[in-house]
Amino acid sequence: MKTLKYIFAILFLSATFVSCSDDDENTPAEINPVEGLNMIYEIPATDHTVQIYSEKQNLEVGYNEISIRIKDMASDKYVANAAPSWMPMMHMETMEHSAPHSMLTNTEESTVYKGHVVFQMASNDTEYWEMILNYSLNGQQKEETLRVSVSQPADGLTKTQVFMGTDDTRYVLAYVNPKEPKVAVNDLQAVLYKMESMMSFPMVENYKITVDPRMPGMGNHSSPNNEDLTYTTATKMYDGKLSLTMTGYWKINLKLMNSSGETLKGEDVTEANPESSLYFELEF
Amino acid sequence: MKVFIPVFPIKGMLMGWLWFALICGCFTTQVYAQETPADSLKLIQLNEVVVISAGRQLDHQKQRKPLSTLDEFLESSRSIKMVKRGAYAWEPTMNDMASERLAITIDGMQIFGACTDKMDPITSYVDVSNLSEAEIGSGQQGAAFGNTIGGGINLKLDKSNFKSTGWTGSLESAFETNNAMRVFGGELSYSEEKFYFNVDGIYRKADNYKAGGDEEVKFSQFEKYNFSINSGYKLAEDKSIAATLIYDEANDVGYPALTMDVSLARAVIASVSFNQDTLFGNFSNWETKLYFNTIKHVMDDTQRPDVPIHMDMPGWSETAGFYTQAKLNKEKHHFFFKWDGFYNKSYAEMTMYPTNSNEPLMFMLTWPDVRTKNVGFYAEDHIPLKNASLKLSTRLAYHSNTVADDFGLNSLKIFYPEMDRTNTLFLKSFSAQYHKMLSDFHFNGGLSYGERAPSVSEGYGFYLFNSFDNHDYIGDPGLNTEGSVDANLSVTYKKPIFEITAGANYFHVFNYIIGMVDSSLSTMTIGAEGVKIYTNLDYAQLFNASLSGRYSISNAFKLTGRVSYHRGVDDKGENLPLISPLSYRSAIDFYKNQFSASLSIDGAGVQTNYNPTYGETKSAAYATLSASFGKRFFINDNDLFLKAGIENIFDTNYSTYTDWNNIPRMGRNFYLTISYSIN
Repeated sequence: MKTLKYIFAILFLSATFVSCSDDDENTPAEINPVEGLNMIYEIPATDHTVQIYSEKQNLEVGYNEISIRIKDMASDKYVANAAPSWMPMMHMETMEHSAPHSMLTNTEESTVYKGHVVFQMASNDTEYWEMILNYSLNGQQKEETLRVSVSQPADGLTKTQVFMGTDDTRYVLAYVNPKEPKVAVNDLQAVLYKMESMMSFPMVENYKITVDPRMPGMGNHSSPNNEDLTYTTATKMYDGKLSLTMTGYWKINLKLMNSSGETLKGEDVTEANPESSLYFELEF
Repeated sequence: MKVFIPVFPIKGMLMGWLWFALICGCFTTQVYAQETPADSLKLIQLNEVVVISAGRQLDHQKQRKPLSTLDEFLESSRSIKMVKRGAYAWEPTMNDMASERLAITIDGMQIFGACTDKMDPITSYVDVSNLSEAEIGSGQQGAAFGNTIGGGINLKLDKSNFKSTGWTGSLESAFETNNAMRVFGGELSYSEEKFYFNVDGIYRKADNYKAGGDEEVKFSQFEKYNFSINSGYKLAEDKSIAATLIYDEANDVGYPALTMDVSLARAVIASVSFNQDTLFGNFSNWETKLYFNTIKHVMDDTQRPDVPIHMDMPGWSETAGFYTQAKLNKEKHHFFFKWDGFYNKSYAEMTMYPTNSNEPLMFMLTWPDVRTKNVGFYAEDHIPLKNASLKLSTRLAYHSNTVADDFGLNSLKIFYPEMDRTNTLFLKSFSAQYHKMLSDFHFNGGLSYGERAPSVSEGYGFYLFNSFDNHDYIGDPGLNTEGSVDANLSVTYKKPIFEITAGANYFHVFNYIIGMVDSSLSTMTIGAEGVKIYTNLDYAQLFNASLSGRYSISNAFKLTGRVSYHRGVDDKGENLPLISPLSYRSAIDFYKNQFSASLSIDGAGVQTNYNPTYGETKSAAYATLSASFGKRFFINDNDLFLKAGIENIFDTNYSTYTDWNNIPRMGRNFYLTISYSIN
């Protein structure tokens, strides 16, 4: 009978062992609205400072998510009604142009203003980016101009495409998510702007971007259950699904189609044509 | 063959009938009580027992090749055929069904290979040095060992079992010319009434073998050693404990039929058991065992000259389990009850090294840490009747699979977004086997139903490359339970010097699991033709028939022969893969005055029923001739046994339907075995 007891004990133990999970409970910590972000610039003014935050260590070519806070030195508090706006400007040797960017809006935390900007090119010694910020403080309209440095992403991967479509329009397509790709079906997100003029980059709605991930190192292996990028009004971005069957280097072949289904850029991947001219690159 | 059997009515009726029969069997003892017990009639429990025990001196005469690999022993059995991917680690098949459809245990212990490509059937983790016999049960006759469709094989370990033999020992060595295989083995035993222990070890090393016509088969080398220890102690007159430990390691195992070799295949198999002669007064032969085994299997292609991409594929499989079993004799009923369970953890990964070394490594989980729990209850009842006997048996099991690794779960969700982490199944098996003796005739007939759960690869495999049909395979966690109705019938005419048996069995397998091409999917393996998804066919049908005979020409000469026919088709009448063509075997054995000799022929007809869709090509007819000679000497009470032989005398270059990629089998081979035992 003792043996039986042991058997029961072992069965019980194995059962409990299996059912144990290591999910951590999310305990709400004290709220820091810029938790996990890096303050990449701080603009000191007489009675206030402007803080600029990014997830990255510095501004890079491509999609940058930016958070801005304005601190009133007198009250030592962050301002909630500054209604800021911004304008990125590239000063090239012979010309100037802006970059696609969203509006700055309040987040759940009213003192943090969020938006994104897509830099098309890196800055260097002679060609530089400026960020012009407008905001109100204590009823007064303010403007600050900040010279920022924009570098190529360190991984050297293409995640931003600036191209001329067959409709003779110049487009800017930038990769947004997943920031940390997984071997799974990932939520793919991108932003699409068109260049109306040097200074105007309106968002393009209701186009479609087909998604065909490939591994050139594995005989152009592909994956199932990808979903094309389509425009979502709520996020003002293009959302789709990206299946990645293993880690490694992936080329996400894309094809941009307008609302009437005409291809503006990119080709289908076939035996003869192993890649599209419109693509993103991923490594993980 | 093409009779369509509707699934539910037959299943339901059959189960109902079997339940009824089983229950009636338990309570109708009085009805048969007056009948005389047919003691002379041995109950047919198992279809076959293959005697192995290489170390046991007395058995040597009966074996044509005493130190051959376990694979060769199993292949010599009537019911087993071996699928070969190289010279080593062959995969047993029974009734034309392989690992997933068989229950293969070692001394009752469930063990699962750690290789996603089936390069390590569990029979590769033991050696002839530590086995006494292989118990083989066809169809549901093998259900005592686990859930099965095709049958069960239990490899029994060799134990002294409290015989008063004192110290004994033996040394063995063998050499084979074809692949320069060297075998060294030894064992030492001590056994008395209260205590015993056995230690044995064996080492094998072989180079590449040569097929007929001196054609070298590259990457067919292997090296392996196996060490085992087992011991028992009597706690009281009717109580004893026993423990076993097996360590098996193979290195540098070549697989000519695959693009990869194995650098390490290691198993540690341990168990403790408790035996008591009686339990609760009525039960007898109570045995309880707890066991654990862990397997590591590492595939590697660093020795291969031309691979499109280098990869590492290690796999791990750990199993813990128990069983407790007892017999109960009540009136005419001979019950046997067994409660068993196991918990297995299967994990395998693949890392590929990109040609451009700046790119990150490519990693995937090919087995996503699947945890399998299975708890089963098995019961059987033998009822001797007048010149007849009836055996009823059932197995009911709870089976669940859980994907423990999130990485693996997310990988599979690419294909099955709605899949659950855990799948639970209830598996049933029922069987009735009847044996009737009419003067010199024996009739055996049986009807059974059995179910099995999809294997880890079938349910959860992720891009497993199969070089047989050159496809990547992906599992389906939503597969249905595979069930099979099988019927068997055999007639034996038996005289002291003469015996002939004609037998046949038929399996109607519902939800037959097999890989089907999904042309929408892109291959992972470079050079693969396509991707297959494990799928349930509505049904498949398998039929096996055989005729075998034995004739004792004189006291010294014995003639045996066997011819078998096999057929397997799917629900569209297409051929199933890996179904044997007509095959035959015949031998004449001589034994007199400690001298033995044999001449045997083995062959098969043309494989007319093959299926190119599954990567099969028509394998040609072949026949090989082999001979052996043995002599036993007595030296001061000790035994010296010499055996020499020649296989494939005419150096035929051939391959069989089971040989992957038609890799030819071994050509002419001379072998010599020496064993010396100290009594």
